[in-house]
Amino acid sequence: MRDFILKRVAALLLPFIQMYGLYVILHGHVSPGGSFAGGIVVGLAFIAFTTIYGLERGRAKVPEKVTTLVESYGTLWYGMMGMVGVFKGAPFLANKMAGIDLGELGALSSGGLIGLIGLGVGIRVASTMITLFFTMMEEEP
Amino acid sequence: MGFTAVDYGTMVMLLILVVASLAMYFIKDLLHAVIVYGAYTLIMALVWLQMNTPDIAITEAAAGIAMTVLMMVVISRTARKED
Repeated sequence: MRDFILKRVAALLLPFIQMYGLYVILHGHVSPGGSFAGGIVVGLAFIAFTTIYGLERGRAKVPEKVTTLVESYGTLWYGMMGMVGVFKGAPFLANKMAGIDLGELGALSSGGLIGLIGLGVGIRVASTMITLFFTMMEEEP
Repeated sequence: MGFTAVDYGTMVMLLILVVASLAMYFIKDLLHAVIVYGAYTLIMALVWLQMNTPDIAITEAAAGIAMTVLMMVVISRTARKED
Protein backbone atom coordinates (compact mmCIF):
# COMPACT_ATOMS: atom_id res chain seq x y z
CA MET A 1 0.00 0.00 0.00
CA ARG A 2 2.98 2.32 0.56
CA ASP A 3 5.39 0.91 -2.01
CA PHE A 4 6.66 3.35 -4.63
CA ILE A 5 7.81 0.72 -7.16
CA LEU A 6 4.58 -1.24 -6.84
CA LYS A 7 2.51 1.88 -7.47
CA ARG A 8 4.50 2.92 -10.55
CA VAL A 9 4.43 -0.60 -12.06
CA ALA A 10 0.69 -0.84 -11.41
CA ALA A 11 0.10 2.55 -13.02
CA LEU A 12 1.94 1.32 -16.11
CA LEU A 13 0.36 -2.14 -16.28
CA LEU A 14 -3.26 -1.70 -15.26
CA PRO A 15 -4.45 0.14 -18.42
CA PHE A 16 -3.09 -2.71 -20.53
CA ILE A 17 -4.73 -5.32 -18.29
CA GLN A 18 -8.07 -3.53 -18.67
CA MET A 19 -7.59 -3.25 -22.43
CA TYR A 20 -6.84 -6.98 -22.59
CA GLY A 21 -10.02 -7.70 -20.65
CA LEU A 22 -12.07 -5.62 -23.08
CA TYR A 23 -10.35 -7.39 -25.98
CA VAL A 24 -11.28 -10.80 -24.55
CA ILE A 25 -14.88 -9.63 -24.05
CA LEU A 26 -15.31 -8.18 -27.53
CA HIS A 27 -13.59 -11.07 -29.35
CA GLY A 28 -15.52 -13.73 -27.42
CA HIS A 29 -17.14 -15.16 -30.53
CA VAL A 30 -14.10 -15.33 -32.80
CA SER A 31 -11.27 -16.30 -30.44
CA PRO A 32 -10.78 -18.12 -27.10
CA GLY A 33 -12.20 -16.34 -24.13
CA GLY A 34 -15.57 -14.74 -23.71
CA SER A 35 -17.52 -12.32 -21.66
CA PHE A 36 -17.12 -14.22 -18.37
CA ALA A 37 -13.32 -14.51 -18.55
CA GLY A 38 -12.90 -10.98 -19.91
CA GLY A 39 -15.19 -9.54 -17.28
CA ILE A 40 -13.16 -11.18 -14.52
CA VAL A 41 -9.95 -9.73 -16.00
CA VAL A 42 -11.47 -6.23 -16.03
CA GLY A 43 -12.68 -6.70 -12.46
CA LEU A 44 -9.27 -7.96 -11.34
CA ALA A 45 -7.66 -4.77 -12.67
CA PHE A 46 -9.84 -2.73 -10.30
CA ILE A 47 -9.17 -5.19 -7.46
CA ALA A 48 -5.41 -4.85 -8.01
CA PHE A 49 -5.75 -1.07 -8.04
CA THR A 50 -7.59 -1.19 -4.72
CA THR A 51 -5.10 -3.52 -3.03
CA ILE A 52 -2.17 -1.33 -4.12
CA TYR A 53 -3.57 2.20 -3.73
CA GLY A 54 -5.83 1.64 -0.74
CA LEU A 55 -9.52 1.25 -0.13
CA GLU A 56 -10.50 4.94 -0.30
CA ARG A 57 -8.98 5.59 -3.73
CA GLY A 58 -10.34 2.32 -5.07
CA ARG A 59 -13.82 3.19 -3.85
CA ALA A 60 -13.49 6.62 -5.47
CA LYS A 61 -12.80 4.93 -8.82
CA VAL A 62 -15.84 2.66 -8.59
CA PRO A 63 -18.54 4.06 -6.30
CA GLU A 64 -21.30 1.82 -5.06
CA LYS A 65 -23.80 3.69 -7.23
CA VAL A 66 -21.90 2.77 -10.39
CA THR A 67 -21.70 -0.95 -9.58
CA THR A 68 -25.40 -1.03 -8.75
CA LEU A 69 -26.34 0.66 -12.02
CA VAL A 70 -23.98 -1.47 -14.10
CA GLU A 71 -25.22 -4.72 -12.56
CA SER A 72 -28.85 -3.84 -13.20
CA TYR A 73 -28.44 -2.41 -16.67
CA GLY A 74 -26.04 -5.14 -17.80
CA THR A 75 -28.76 -7.70 -17.22
CA LEU A 76 -31.38 -5.42 -18.77
CA TRP A 77 -29.12 -4.96 -21.81
CA TYR A 78 -29.03 -8.74 -22.26
CA GLY A 79 -32.81 -8.87 -22.18
CA MET A 80 -33.16 -5.97 -24.59
CA MET A 81 -30.78 -7.61 -27.06
CA GLY A 82 -32.87 -10.76 -26.78
CA MET A 83 -36.05 -8.82 -27.44
CA VAL A 84 -34.65 -7.58 -30.76
CA GLY A 85 -35.41 -11.02 -32.15
CA VAL A 86 -38.95 -10.95 -30.74
CA PHE A 87 -39.68 -7.54 -32.25
CA LYS A 88 -38.57 -8.78 -35.68
CA GLY A 89 -40.89 -11.77 -35.54
CA ALA A 90 -38.36 -14.44 -34.53
CA PRO A 91 -37.72 -16.32 -31.24
CA PHE A 92 -36.05 -14.73 -28.21
CA LEU A 93 -32.31 -14.12 -28.72
CA ALA A 94 -32.64 -14.88 -32.45
CA ASN A 95 -29.62 -13.73 -34.40
CA LYS A 96 -29.60 -14.78 -38.04
CA MET A 97 -33.31 -15.67 -37.98
CA ALA A 98 -34.08 -12.04 -37.11
CA GLY A 99 -32.46 -10.92 -40.34
CA ILE A 100 -29.25 -9.51 -38.88
CA ASP A 101 -26.37 -9.42 -41.35
CA LEU A 102 -23.65 -11.71 -40.03
CA GLY A 103 -20.97 -10.42 -42.38
CA GLU A 104 -17.73 -12.15 -43.24
CA LEU A 105 -16.72 -15.34 -41.40
CA GLY A 106 -14.04 -14.73 -38.77
CA ALA A 107 -14.37 -10.95 -38.72
CA LEU A 108 -15.12 -9.11 -35.49
CA SER A 109 -18.54 -8.06 -36.79
CA SER A 110 -19.51 -11.61 -37.76
CA GLY A 111 -21.32 -12.32 -34.49
CA GLY A 112 -24.41 -10.23 -35.04
CA LEU A 113 -25.84 -9.53 -31.60
CA ILE A 114 -23.42 -11.85 -29.76
CA GLY A 115 -20.74 -9.19 -29.39
CA LEU A 116 -23.24 -6.69 -27.94
CA ILE A 117 -24.68 -9.29 -25.56
CA GLY A 118 -21.15 -10.20 -24.48
CA LEU A 119 -20.40 -6.57 -23.68
CA GLY A 120 -23.38 -6.45 -21.32
CA VAL A 121 -22.47 -9.73 -19.63
CA GLY A 122 -18.81 -8.71 -19.38
CA ILE A 123 -19.34 -5.43 -17.56
CA ARG A 124 -21.86 -7.16 -15.31
CA VAL A 125 -19.35 -9.86 -14.32
CA ALA A 126 -16.69 -7.21 -13.73
CA SER A 127 -18.97 -5.21 -11.49
CA THR A 128 -20.00 -8.35 -9.59
CA MET A 129 -16.34 -9.17 -8.88
CA ILE A 130 -15.73 -5.61 -7.69
CA THR A 131 -18.82 -5.72 -5.46
CA LEU A 132 -17.74 -9.04 -3.91
CA PHE A 133 -14.27 -7.69 -3.23
CA PHE A 134 -15.45 -4.41 -1.70
CA THR A 135 -18.06 -6.18 0.42
CA MET A 136 -15.32 -8.31 1.95
CA MET A 137 -12.78 -5.50 2.26
CA GLU A 138 -15.15 -3.12 4.01
CA GLU A 139 -16.00 -5.76 6.61
CA GLU A 140 -14.36 -5.04 9.95
CA PRO A 141 -11.83 -7.77 10.89
CA MET B 1 -15.76 -46.82 -28.20
CA GLY B 2 -12.02 -46.32 -28.09
CA PHE B 3 -9.80 -45.45 -25.21
CA THR B 4 -8.03 -42.17 -25.79
CA ALA B 5 -4.51 -42.36 -24.43
CA VAL B 6 -3.45 -39.34 -22.39
CA ASP B 7 0.19 -38.39 -22.86
CA TYR B 8 2.64 -38.51 -19.98
CA GLY B 9 2.79 -34.76 -19.42
CA THR B 10 -0.97 -34.61 -18.89
CA MET B 11 -0.77 -37.67 -16.63
CA VAL B 12 1.81 -35.97 -14.41
CA MET B 13 -0.35 -32.84 -14.28
CA LEU B 14 -3.45 -34.84 -13.34
CA LEU B 15 -1.44 -36.57 -10.60
CA ILE B 16 -0.38 -33.15 -9.28
CA LEU B 17 -4.06 -32.15 -9.28
CA VAL B 18 -4.99 -35.16 -7.13
CA VAL B 19 -2.12 -34.49 -4.70
CA ALA B 20 -3.02 -30.78 -4.48
CA SER B 21 -6.67 -31.54 -3.82
CA LEU B 22 -5.82 -33.97 -1.00
CA ALA B 23 -3.28 -31.48 0.40
CA MET B 24 -5.92 -28.74 0.48
CA TYR B 25 -8.12 -31.05 2.53
CA PHE B 26 -5.45 -31.97 5.09
CA ILE B 27 -3.61 -28.64 5.49
CA LYS B 28 -4.79 -26.86 8.64
CA ASP B 29 -3.31 -23.42 7.88
CA LEU B 30 -5.82 -21.72 5.58
CA LEU B 31 -3.27 -19.40 3.95
CA HIS B 32 -1.16 -22.39 2.90
CA ALA B 33 -4.28 -24.07 1.55
CA VAL B 34 -5.04 -21.01 -0.58
CA ILE B 35 -1.49 -21.03 -1.94
CA VAL B 36 -1.88 -24.71 -2.87
CA TYR B 37 -5.21 -23.78 -4.50
CA GLY B 38 -3.41 -21.20 -6.65
CA ALA B 39 -0.99 -23.88 -7.84
CA TYR B 40 -3.96 -26.20 -8.46
CA THR B 41 -5.61 -23.56 -10.63
CA LEU B 42 -2.47 -23.02 -12.70
CA ILE B 43 -2.05 -26.75 -13.35
CA MET B 44 -5.76 -27.08 -14.13
CA ALA B 45 -5.51 -24.31 -16.75
CA LEU B 46 -2.55 -26.12 -18.33
CA VAL B 47 -4.57 -29.37 -18.40
CA TRP B 48 -7.44 -27.60 -20.16
CA LEU B 49 -4.92 -26.19 -22.66
CA GLN B 50 -3.49 -29.67 -23.25
CA MET B 51 -6.98 -30.98 -23.94
CA ASN B 52 -7.51 -28.41 -26.73
CA THR B 53 -9.96 -26.17 -24.90
CA PRO B 54 -8.23 -22.77 -24.73
CA ASP B 55 -11.63 -21.20 -24.05
CA ILE B 56 -11.99 -23.00 -20.73
CA ALA B 57 -8.28 -22.50 -19.99
CA ILE B 58 -8.63 -18.70 -20.07
CA THR B 59 -11.76 -18.86 -17.93
CA GLU B 60 -10.08 -21.21 -15.45
CA ALA B 61 -7.00 -18.99 -15.16
CA ALA B 62 -9.05 -15.81 -14.68
CA ALA B 63 -11.62 -17.31 -12.30
CA GLY B 64 -8.94 -19.16 -10.35
CA ILE B 65 -6.92 -16.00 -9.76
CA ALA B 66 -10.07 -14.13 -8.79
CA MET B 67 -11.12 -16.84 -6.32
CA THR B 68 -7.59 -16.94 -4.84
CA VAL B 69 -7.65 -13.18 -4.30
CA LEU B 70 -11.12 -13.28 -2.75
CA MET B 71 -10.12 -16.13 -0.39
CA MET B 72 -6.99 -14.17 0.61
CA VAL B 73 -9.21 -11.20 1.47
CA VAL B 74 -11.49 -13.45 3.52
CA ILE B 75 -8.49 -14.87 5.41
CA SER B 76 -7.19 -11.35 6.09
CA ARG B 77 -10.58 -10.50 7.65
CA THR B 78 -11.03 -13.70 9.68
CA ALA B 79 -8.87 -16.17 11.56
CA ARG B 80 -6.06 -17.86 9.68
CA LYS B 81 -5.96 -21.10 11.63
CA GLU B 82 -8.66 -23.68 11.24
CA ASP B 83 -10.20 -24.82 14.51
